Amino acid sequence: MSDSRFLSLEKLTLSYGKNVAVPEMDLDIAKGELVALLGPSGCGKTTTMRAIAGLMEPASGAIVLDGANITRVPANKRPVGLVFQSYALFPHLNVYENVAFGLKLMGVKGKDLETRVNDGLKTVGLSQYATRKPAELSGGQQQRVSLARSMVMEPKVLLLDEPLSNLDARLRLEMRTELQRVQKESGVTMIFVTHDQVEALAMADRIIVMLDGHIEQIGTPEDIYNNPASDFVADFVGFENVFERVGDTIKTANGDVAISGNIDDATKGLAWRPSMVTLGEGPYEGTVRGTSFAGGTREYLLDTPLGQIKAECDAALPAHDFGAVLKFDLPVAKAAQLARTGSL
Amino acid sequence: MSNKLYAPIILLLVLAFLIGPFIIIIAASLSAGETLSFPPQGLSLRWVIKVFEVESFRASFGISMFLAIGGTIAALILGIPASYALSRYKVPGAETIRTIVSSPIIVPGIIVGLALLRYFVVPFNFGILFALFLAHTALILPYAVRVVSASLTNLRSDIEEAAVLLGCSRVGAFFRVVMPNIRGGILAAFILGFVTSFNQVPVSLFLSGPGVRTLPIDMLSYMEITYDPSVAALSALLAFMSLGIVFLAERFLGFSRYV
Repeated sequence: MSDSRFLSLEKLTLSYGKNVAVPEMDLDIAKGELVALLGPSGCGKTTTMRAIAGLMEPASGAIVLDGANITRVPANKRPVGLVFQSYALFPHLNVYENVAFGLKLMGVKGKDLETRVNDGLKTVGLSQYATRKPAELSGGQQQRVSLARSMVMEPKVLLLDEPLSNLDARLRLEMRTELQRVQKESGVTMIFVTHDQVEALAMADRIIVMLDGHIEQIGTPEDIYNNPASDFVADFVGFENVFERVGDTIKTANGDVAISGNIDDATKGLAWRPSMVTLGEGPYEGTVRGTSFAGGTREYLLDTPLGQIKAECDAALPAHDFGAVLKFDLPVAKAAQLARTGSL
Repeated sequence: MSNKLYAPIILLLVLAFLIGPFIIIIAASLSAGETLSFPPQGLSLRWVIKVFEVESFRASFGISMFLAIGGTIAALILGIPASYALSRYKVPGAETIRTIVSSPIIVPGIIVGLALLRYFVVPFNFGILFALFLAHTALILPYAVRVVSASLTNLRSDIEEAAVLLGCSRVGAFFRVVMPNIRGGILAAFILGFVTSFNQVPVSLFLSGPGVRTLPIDMLSYMEITYDPSVAALSALLAFMSLGIVFLAERFLGFSRYV
């Protein structure tokens, strides 16, 4: 076992009855990593997480954690923590008792128990709420209790299911940094499931993009954001103009359109973010079909011979009216070159 | 305009209809006369005291208490796991099971009593007390399942998974995090079951036998022979007991949330 293969999924197949949700997944996660499992709903990310936690039995394959095969180890004997999307706090117990729950089951008693629970509460900044019931706490505070409850168990892997989805925008930012801080300070290997690419990009050391039960791409946030491997990933991280490429042409709704520029032979597709589209000059023309003001920028939806194109420009520039005809270009030099297409 | 005039009158009539009998019984039980009558003749507590002196009342009160408490506990022992299974697992035919479990509420007591007598007590030669106990358990079970199911529905199931991940076994999770959170529902089911059993007449009527009678049956037969106000006094005492139980339940549990 090396640190880079702290947690390994080996040909892990997960199914609900006859429906295979995740076929033969291979994945290695390093010790102390903060990993995001990113994908749309139904992509198998939550199923994968539940299998790691032991709440779901794999049909085949293995889960190896810190050198031990834990595939058949029951959930209550795994050194794995899970922070539920709904927090799943015990309503009849107060904050202190919630955090102490697992430790007491482990046989921790007396001073030792008190110290560990209080340390846990301190880490998440809730020491003064120890005697409150969960119903008396805000969503953000409940989230912290849930985090503390898992963290005091000192799990080898901490899983978080959509940790930010039930919080409002301001709290979400706060909780993001909070989770990163707790992870860096404790050094725990953390995997969180999310459908929000902004969350994944902001928090994770490494992102695993999933689609239909398989891994579409693994990479650092920079990798995923700048060099998406497929049309699906490209679209997911905001490349809203995606085309399949064959030779010197791109396939559009109205037939093939010739392009020129330096394209890698293996490239199967090209993708542009709205901000990468040159607006005001270029070989193509499009009619404005929609505009939206986004603070620093203004977005345009164009009807063009290439199909619909989303473009973006500085909001300080004069706005174009609905129906206006604009010249534009899709500069190949800026485009993301996709290794795979066909998953959109 | 007319609404404003009629509404209070109708309200008064309805209240009189609901509370009237209760007041008449209390008044009759305080009568000094020799026969059950209203308005009471004079005022005395002699019939209230007499209630405690009638030997058969004491015996049948004991039996009723045993049936109400024992039957409710038995119904809860069967009903809590049943409710849990129905609410947490995809049981095939769950709706059918629910309907069957609820059927004693729907089927008239007379029929349940007769059926139990004809097909259980007579062929299997059950003892009277045992038959009554079974019958009361069956009658309370639907209430237990209903009330406990209601509180289980309000309880998120992921807290059980959370408990398991913190080291609990599945069974341990049930006792550590499910039971404490449906405690109110269980107590509500207990009270409802107790009152249902205690007031039960038609089924008990069929199953009562020599020497073994529930209190309501005993009161019926007492009245057939002796027409004195002690029955009214006993009724009033029972009504106060029920009121007391419901009051305490509402006070401490918010009973009405569960029913």
